[in-house]
Amino acid sequence: MSDLALDTASARFVTAAPARHVDYNEDIVRKFLIASMFWGVVAFVVGCYIAAELAWPQLNIAPWFNFGRLRPVHTSAAIFAFGGSALFGTSIYVVQRTCRAPLWGGKALANFIFWGYQFFIVMAALSYVLGFSKSREYAEPPWHLDLFLVVIWVAYLVAYVATLLKREEPHIYVANWFYLAFIVTVAMLWIVNNLTIPVSIYGSRSYSLFAGAQDAMVQWWYGHNAVGFFLTAGFLGMMYYFIPKAADRPVYSYRLSVVHFWALIFIYIWAGPHHLEYTSLPDWTQTLGMVFSIMLWMPSWGGMINGLMTLSGAWEKLRTDPGLRFSVTAVGFYGMSTFEGPLMSIRSVNALAHYTDWVIGHVHSGTLGWVAFITFGAFYYLVPVLWKRTGLYSTRLAAWHYWISTLGIVLYITSMWVAGIMEGLMWRAYDAMGFLQYSFIQTVVAVHPLYVVRLLGGIFFLIGMLIMCFNLIMTVKSPSTARGNVPGAALAAGA
Amino acid sequence: MRLPISQSFIERNAIVLLIATLITVAIGGLVEVVPLFTIQTTVVKVPGIRPYSPLELLGRQIYLREGCYLCHSQQIRNLRDEVARYGHPSIAAESMYDHPFQWGSKRIGPDLARVGGKYSNAWMYQHLKAPRSVVPESIMPDFAFLAKHQLHTKELIAAMKTNIDLGVPYTKADLQSAMADLQAQAFANADHAGLLSRYPNAMIVDAKGGEVTQLDALVAYLQILGRMVNFANPAVERALQAQGGK
Repeated sequence: MSDLALDTASARFVTAAPARHVDYNEDIVRKFLIASMFWGVVAFVVGCYIAAELAWPQLNIAPWFNFGRLRPVHTSAAIFAFGGSALFGTSIYVVQRTCRAPLWGGKALANFIFWGYQFFIVMAALSYVLGFSKSREYAEPPWHLDLFLVVIWVAYLVAYVATLLKREEPHIYVANWFYLAFIVTVAMLWIVNNLTIPVSIYGSRSYSLFAGAQDAMVQWWYGHNAVGFFLTAGFLGMMYYFIPKAADRPVYSYRLSVVHFWALIFIYIWAGPHHLEYTSLPDWTQTLGMVFSIMLWMPSWGGMINGLMTLSGAWEKLRTDPGLRFSVTAVGFYGMSTFEGPLMSIRSVNALAHYTDWVIGHVHSGTLGWVAFITFGAFYYLVPVLWKRTGLYSTRLAAWHYWISTLGIVLYITSMWVAGIMEGLMWRAYDAMGFLQYSFIQTVVAVHPLYVVRLLGGIFFLIGMLIMCFNLIMTVKSPSTARGNVPGAALAAGA
Repeated sequence: MRLPISQSFIERNAIVLLIATLITVAIGGLVEVVPLFTIQTTVVKVPGIRPYSPLELLGRQIYLREGCYLCHSQQIRNLRDEVARYGHPSIAAESMYDHPFQWGSKRIGPDLARVGGKYSNAWMYQHLKAPRSVVPESIMPDFAFLAKHQLHTKELIAAMKTNIDLGVPYTKADLQSAMADLQAQAFANADHAGLLSRYPNAMIVDAKGGEVTQLDALVAYLQILGRMVNFANPAVERALQAQGGK
């Protein structure tokens, strides 16, 4: 592994002089990977269940399994548990390898971060189901848990930055810029958005510091940048490490990486108010949000081009490396979602799209197509490396996973496009007499078949996930992938 | 253009990278959020806006707890069809005491910003307990269990005091009569004069048997939504126009 080093100044991989042995903490990476896969299954099962509740409301089991209490379980499990564990795990892997330094803080700190974060996830899910939600979208945990997460997060930031400081490489590799931006910005967003005054120190009840229009702005400054920095910047870190590694090619353009990074993190933070167009938020704020959302298209596509073009001269690997296929498709979905987002932020489009299922479809093309796929790519690469296996148990199963999941995403996003645009058009339709043509409940009836198709798409995606879990467990367990006693026998993907 | 600090310097210094990143991501938020607290027209006060009554305040807690905001918005956009369907566009003052705001982001069900008074109490109770008994195609969950649970009032005074700390103008008198007001609003045959003087337009709900349930509180909350401001009152439009706010 470590005889390949990254020359970060040119973002090229060069063969370095045989490096001294570095005692990387891989145990913590393995733990986070297992946790991420487990939470992925949980998130997708709950997602399917709440999708089914919308199609067949009898499935709501009051009070714990009503839609309103389960939806935050789905979103938190998907974003923070599945995505978060994947980001912790891969960032800790990447920072050690690209710095050629073991994780700072030793095993104890790493384990504290891991178990602390898992504890946070379990408690957060319980708090929603049992009725202690703070009711801020994507920031629902009660205030005690918010504070607890800050402690974990600071420990993570310290371990990460201290590892960077210990590095042997003169330059900090581009993947680390994105991971670092993710860690720092999420800390800022989380703290400001969760400022609340508790009613009592012993109770879960608290009232947010801000109210009304200001609170809406703060919440969507947080909410949109949870997408921007948790689901985008963090996973771009993954892209900038695992695609070059799997393709065995340098990042396409170092200059583009620099522009991508600074432009993306500067512009993203402004885009929040596009969630609040035509509302009682002042117009100037809405306009800023819209303008910056459209500007955001450019750095996003710059990053997409940088990811895709890294494959130059290595495209044939897509046929043989199922992990790389996931990563590259992920970048494609990233490009699509980051075009769709600016489009939806344009006022006249937003008037139609906002409050509809189009938004749900948009989010899922990003989360399933980009976040989950880039993660799957990293998993297929990492599991054989971390468990010292010769390769994947089955590339055929990985191919099945790929096609079933892709079909699932297509069913999901197309059904939500149709549902969303139909809702938008029906809500604004007038009849010949000048009255609204449809009552609200007629639009609920109209989208029912599409809710069923969406559920089907979700089930496909879940099946794909289960196939991957089986494949990766077999990769670790099966004798067929065991490495002989030859030290340094060839690893799976491009190592 | 020559930047005062070069990329090659930044990417060789972890702490510089950290600080440069933090500064870069802080700018947008500062520019968009801070002026909302300083520009007077962000929230224009109009006649009628008042803090929630004790029963409404606790009913709002039920609304938050059950995640109603995940399917219902409370924000009527300034668009012709929304005004036709839901009423006057929402104004900022209407949520100025909402900690947290509940504008929502998705309409799986209809907007609730002006649902207050649109339906009778009887319909509200029936619809929350068994939505499909009044709207056969509804996909809303049943909330019949709320009628079986007593409303917890232990934290009421502390909750109101916390709201005072956040700038919600409850008075000493409001605090002293909080429990009495809660009871008065829950029962149709109580004396409502004090309650209605402190909380105009509060909707008296219909608690059965001597106990106030969580459902009673939720109905009281839903029934005040959109009913604090009377847009037929010319003073309201005058206030909005004079200050150029919304």
